[in-house]
Amino acid sequence: MSSTALVASLRAFLPAEAVLYEAEDLRPYECDGLSAYRQTPLIVALPGTEEEVLRILKVCHAAKTPVVARGAGTGLSGGALPHAHGVLLSLARLKSILEIDPAARTARVQPGVRNLAISEAAMPYGLYYAPDPSSQIACSIGGNVAENSGGVHCLKYGLTVHNILKLRVITIEGEILQIGSDGLDAPGYDLLALMTGSEGMLGIVTEVTVKLIPRPEKAEVVMAAFDDIRKAGDAVANVIAAGIIPAGMEMMDRITTHAVEEFVHAGYNLEAAAILLCESDGTAEEVSEEIRRIDEIMESSGAMEIRASSSEVERLRFWAGRKAAFPAAGRVSPDYYCMDGTIPRSKLSQVLSGIEALSQKYGLRCMNVFHAGDGNLHPLILYDASKPGELELTEEFGEKILHMCVQAGGTITGEHGVGVEKINQMCAQFRPGELEMFHGVKAAFDPEGLLNPGKAVPTLRRCAEHGAMHVRRGEEKFPELPRF
Amino acid sequence: MQPVIDEFTHAIRLSAENRAPLLIRGGGSKDFYGNLGGATGRTGESILETGVYSGTVDYEPTELVVTVRAGTRLADLERELNGCHQMLSFEPPHFSSNTTIGGCVAAGLSGPRRASAGAVRDFVLGVRMLDGKGEDLSFGGQVMKNVAGYDISRLLAGSMGTLGLLLEISLKVMPMPARELTLRMEMDEAEAIEKMNSWAAKPLPVSATCFHGGELTFRLSGAEPAVRAARERLGGEEVMDGTAFWESVREQTHPFFQSGMPLWRLSVKPTTWPLFLPGKQFMEWGGALRWFASEADAPAIRVAAEKAGGHATLFRRNGPSHQADAFHPLPPAMLKIHRRLKEQFDPYHIFNPGRMYAEI
Ligand SMILES: Cc1cc2nc3c(=O)[nH]c(=O)nc-3n(C[C@H](O)[C@H](O)[C@H](O)COP(=O)(O)OP(=O)(O)OC[C@H]3O[C@@H](n4cnc5c(N)ncnc54)[C@H](O)[C@@H]3O)c2cc1C
Repeated sequence: MSSTALVASLRAFLPAEAVLYEAEDLRPYECDGLSAYRQTPLIVALPGTEEEVLRILKVCHAAKTPVVARGAGTGLSGGALPHAHGVLLSLARLKSILEIDPAARTARVQPGVRNLAISEAAMPYGLYYAPDPSSQIACSIGGNVAENSGGVHCLKYGLTVHNILKLRVITIEGEILQIGSDGLDAPGYDLLALMTGSEGMLGIVTEVTVKLIPRPEKAEVVMAAFDDIRKAGDAVANVIAAGIIPAGMEMMDRITTHAVEEFVHAGYNLEAAAILLCESDGTAEEVSEEIRRIDEIMESSGAMEIRASSSEVERLRFWAGRKAAFPAAGRVSPDYYCMDGTIPRSKLSQVLSGIEALSQKYGLRCMNVFHAGDGNLHPLILYDASKPGELELTEEFGEKILHMCVQAGGTITGEHGVGVEKINQMCAQFRPGELEMFHGVKAAFDPEGLLNPGKAVPTLRRCAEHGAMHVRRGEEKFPELPRF
Repeated sequence: MQPVIDEFTHAIRLSAENRAPLLIRGGGSKDFYGNLGGATGRTGESILETGVYSGTVDYEPTELVVTVRAGTRLADLERELNGCHQMLSFEPPHFSSNTTIGGCVAAGLSGPRRASAGAVRDFVLGVRMLDGKGEDLSFGGQVMKNVAGYDISRLLAGSMGTLGLLLEISLKVMPMPARELTLRMEMDEAEAIEKMNSWAAKPLPVSATCFHGGELTFRLSGAEPAVRAARERLGGEEVMDGTAFWESVREQTHPFFQSGMPLWRLSVKPTTWPLFLPGKQFMEWGGALRWFASEADAPAIRVAAEKAGGHATLFRRNGPSHQADAFHPLPPAMLKIHRRLKEQFDPYHIFNPGRMYAEI
């Protein structure tokens, strides 16, 4: 169908302002949070009801037109990058909180509702929605479901997949699926898990029922400084070994603390090679007991300085530095590239030394901030896109980091998704049979491949052309990588 | 261990060639569960016993992750975790000493701690499996956060062996609570439902609840001071043999489960008002799980569960006379996706055909 015909069939049931096709109207949708990739779509559709979503999908299905869903566009892997010949389906206007049930501790919301808005609405009942990505003021719950987003508190409270109960999903074939239930499980296969993290490839989420949990009575954070990054890594393991699951456990290396301290003044120790932020929450009794034990462990793990937050103001100040890490990267460098590998915690110092070696090799600085509790690294490679060749060099550096994560028994993405960005690295993590099974799962929901085509799962041909080899845990297929 | 896998692959290929059922069996502890459990005498049917593929592959307590072979006995795994003061916090039922971890994950059943800690699927991090063509595939991994590819490992949890043969499973494990205390108080059903839900909305260390016969029994778990403070706040009489009580709930050795009547499992919205179904009731999970020992008609029970935002499973038939399907019927659009997924994982329909639904 021609673009004019498509516009006409959408205009049949959508108001004029809900169908965009002029170049200047399309521009704001050309990229998500990964701005290195840009593409304007043919049309942007902005439905205001579930019924409209259904009709748009039916039109696109009949016209064999690709559909790319978009929430708030904060994704960091190009998941919402438009398709040149497709419709970009923005769910941003579906932003009603349909119901808060304080007794059953649930919220039923439309997909365009912002993550933080749910917790704000639940606040009067002493409840909140636990997953708290750093982007929570902006990102949508539909996007969170599509990426299985995490946050600094997910070691204790889980990821999106652990905190949702029910979804309404519309397939590209125009069928409504009710997935999950108001109870704690549902009959049949666990499609709730399958949909979570499926990057807009399997269906369009039009309603989400999330779990709300009680706000902890109290929270306190310990800041511990270490003169050696390995000691900090060991301290993380020692906390876990002591049977403590902290509410959050984050690590920052020296270049990061220096970058953030300059404009947040969080009070970090600037001599330290690494600092750890370790939070305890719960009842007052639990917190004081846990903080005492965390203090002891930091001490015996060789911390050079340990400070517990003495007030809510100080606690928030300690966290402000961590939360400012990305913006700080943007201040010390014209551009930065955020990686998202996850590794077993025991491989922390090994992988960090590897990153350090690569940083020297490529002559590019790299800040390390990460969710240490669950081994999710966010190396931020600092570069300057205006220097010819530097982006390519950065991407190569990034790819090597991800291979190192796979080799260490980890994964190429902990929470940001594959999107377009890490599609080649999928060839390193999975074997052909596994990739084929992913395509099979996709086909079960979307036999014609119209939803978000070309994302998340590479074709076998692409892997062959990219020359990416499958790397397995412990195998050393990349002799050019530094050994440590 | 590769020779064992080769044998499994061979068995799968043979069944695939003959388009014959291949029944996957761990310890056989859940032969009663689902439709057509255990040998059914269908033409060409064979049984694949997983017990030969057992043992821990990797366990690093500070990573909070254990990777085990599917044929490992649940009891052996729990003993190993216990040694490091860790546990499977979903408290899966054993039902027999032979229960394997593969069967536990495939059945997807969780125990008393489920409402506070999460279900089996919440702790599955990765799997290695053989699909219906005998291909050796791995999904997920050994790390807490992993969004590379679709979450096939969690899809397999609760799939009743209809999608593939689990070989190895990586699970998140948790530290054991420092202190546990079981308390009991008398009240009626409506009050119990109200209480359990209001407790769950407050930061309290309640790790299990059960209402039966006019008594609400609950367990507090956590650091000593937290348990002490909660006890003062909530009140109740201490139950001396608390551990044994929860064991009887988890393993269904409690007298309620011995009635000899069909046993229905209703998974519903936790705030659902008392359900007036004929027979006897036993409630868990803060009101979200309601067991009924009842001779009522399947449709009546299923309608009641649906009205309560949930579904009903005929958990134990307790006698061959009961012909209803074990699992709650799926709406057509959902069934279509199930059929297509089955097609991808098991194109020759060999794995446990009909065990879950006739169509898969
Ligand atoms: C500064 C910053 C900090 C961040 N911090 C974190 C963090 O701490 N943790 C974390 O996990 N992520 C983080 N992110 C990444 C991002 O915010 C999350 O991935 C978020 O969930 C994306 O939500 P969104 O609404 O912006 O989705 P979009 O970017 O619009 O879309 C993301 C994907 O979801 C699909 N999608 C969107 N809505 C739907 C729907 N209704 N149905 C089906 N598919 C849909 C899209 O097609 C796309 O594939 C951060 C991003 C930024 C910019």
